Amino acid sequence: MSLTTTHEAQQGMVVKQAGPLALIQDTGRFGVRHLGVTQGGAADWISFRWANWLLGNTLNSAALEIVMGGGLSFETEREVQLALTGADLDAQVDGKSLAPNTSFKFLPGQRLVFRQPRQGLRAYLAFPGGLNAPEVLGSRACTAREQLGGLHEDGKPLQVGDRLTWQGIAPAVRQMTEGQGPYMPVSGCRLPIVLGSQIASFSGRALFQAFNQPWEVDTRADRMGVRLTGPALHGSLTGIISEGIPLGAVQIPPDGQPIVLMNDRQTIGGYPRLGALTPIACATLAQCLSGTKVWLAPVSASQAQADYRQQLTVWR
Amino acid sequence: MKKDTEMRIEIAAMDALMVRLFDTIDEANMAWVIAADQALRSAFGPVLIDLVPSYTTLLLQYDCQQLNHTEALGLINKALAGLAPANTQAGELHDIPVWYDESVGPELPLVAKHAGLSVDELVKQHCNHDYCVFALGFAPGYGFMGLVDAALATPRLKTPRRKVAAGSVGIADRQTAIYPLLSPGGWNILGRTNVPLFEYAKRGEPLFLPGDKVRFRAISRAEFEADGGDTTPLEERP
Repeated sequence: MSLTTTHEAQQGMVVKQAGPLALIQDTGRFGVRHLGVTQGGAADWISFRWANWLLGNTLNSAALEIVMGGGLSFETEREVQLALTGADLDAQVDGKSLAPNTSFKFLPGQRLVFRQPRQGLRAYLAFPGGLNAPEVLGSRACTAREQLGGLHEDGKPLQVGDRLTWQGIAPAVRQMTEGQGPYMPVSGCRLPIVLGSQIASFSGRALFQAFNQPWEVDTRADRMGVRLTGPALHGSLTGIISEGIPLGAVQIPPDGQPIVLMNDRQTIGGYPRLGALTPIACATLAQCLSGTKVWLAPVSASQAQADYRQQLTVWR
Repeated sequence: MKKDTEMRIEIAAMDALMVRLFDTIDEANMAWVIAADQALRSAFGPVLIDLVPSYTTLLLQYDCQQLNHTEALGLINKALAGLAPANTQAGELHDIPVWYDESVGPELPLVAKHAGLSVDELVKQHCNHDYCVFALGFAPGYGFMGLVDAALATPRLKTPRRKVAAGSVGIADRQTAIYPLLSPGGWNILGRTNVPLFEYAKRGEPLFLPGDKVRFRAISRAEFEADGGDTTPLEERP
């Protein structure tokens, strides 16, 4: 229970300038994909969880996903403990740099600005107890294409004048120790992929190329999918009957250039797939700026699950 | 009823398996897809994260903190052993009133010409079939329905529209669908319905599910307006 008065509870943090894209996200929508509703949720779910961990929040608490920065700025009407993780977007409070992966106090009269990426692409800003936003189909995740979620229930990103409010008080303010925290990718990083049955339809040459040379992250990248460019991969299938698409699916359209399908992907689709990146690899890819070189590194499903379970233990 | 194609279970992702029941599109498939959907939902219970049925497949994502791949595979095999097709009468029949008019359905003349019919005959044909819902996808509550009479089959527009109004009813090849919300799209638009598909989906109660049947019914502008329908012409939307 919050002990603040009604008046104080309505006070919050106000958007003074909107950047290219800042969205309210949580873990995403589950159990609704058969309705044609996409998964959504924080694209770098690892940084997102670290942000909530820093405040002692439930790890699924709604937070902000900030892409690029681009001048996005806030002022607050009351003191608030925030946590910032993920990309280094050259965030500053009153001109003073904020290191990523820290928790800090933000005070009335100060200005918080996200300038531009120095490392990584997406920063996560967590709030005490999680952001307030209407829940739609079990989640506060914001998906623009579907007009679901967000402050105004229209899926729109943050706009100038939007007032963010939060659930309460940070249950436990933590700081990370050396070696803790999310991984920010560098060029040449590996993206583990679980191979799917449709690899049988690709030529030996295409498969050799898929896994033995780096792919470049293209500028055509968003929350639906990330294009990779390199040699054209061809196989015997050009299209298939539309079927469900898992997170991280690496689909190969007729031009032979892979598209990795991310959180806001369509629920079904009709291109053959090499397989699917693991959830950890998806988090890594979500932080890759265009031009980053990545390697597709096959891994067994059981190894991927072991790595995933290991990752989940860090927040216990 | 006998199923000729052998079922295959394939790896789709770290925590997802693809159950492949058929290799071709056929309305008769849906009784099997629905039966498999029900059997898998009840077998996996809370361990199920998502189950996405489509024309010939079901994509199953499970909670890999509670099951490993081998266990999931075993559970699927057990759930689907001796699978029998669902009673096809189980799918509901939905009546969808549509205002067919060139202002809200600019491809009426194009599709009519393609089919060698008058616009009135085209509308009659489009309304003269109980379409099967094969899959939901593309947008919340968007159903891929078919099969449209082969004569009416018209390929997608070469250049998709940036904005197609909510409620727009379209045809692409032998499929027909309703756009639940304003979105880009390349289907040939024939008319508009006021049935709020998106509102149903948003509440988690979609109007129709795979295996249901849909029948379109032509209504007049007056009836469409009386129902609160938006008569803004398709191409004039901002």
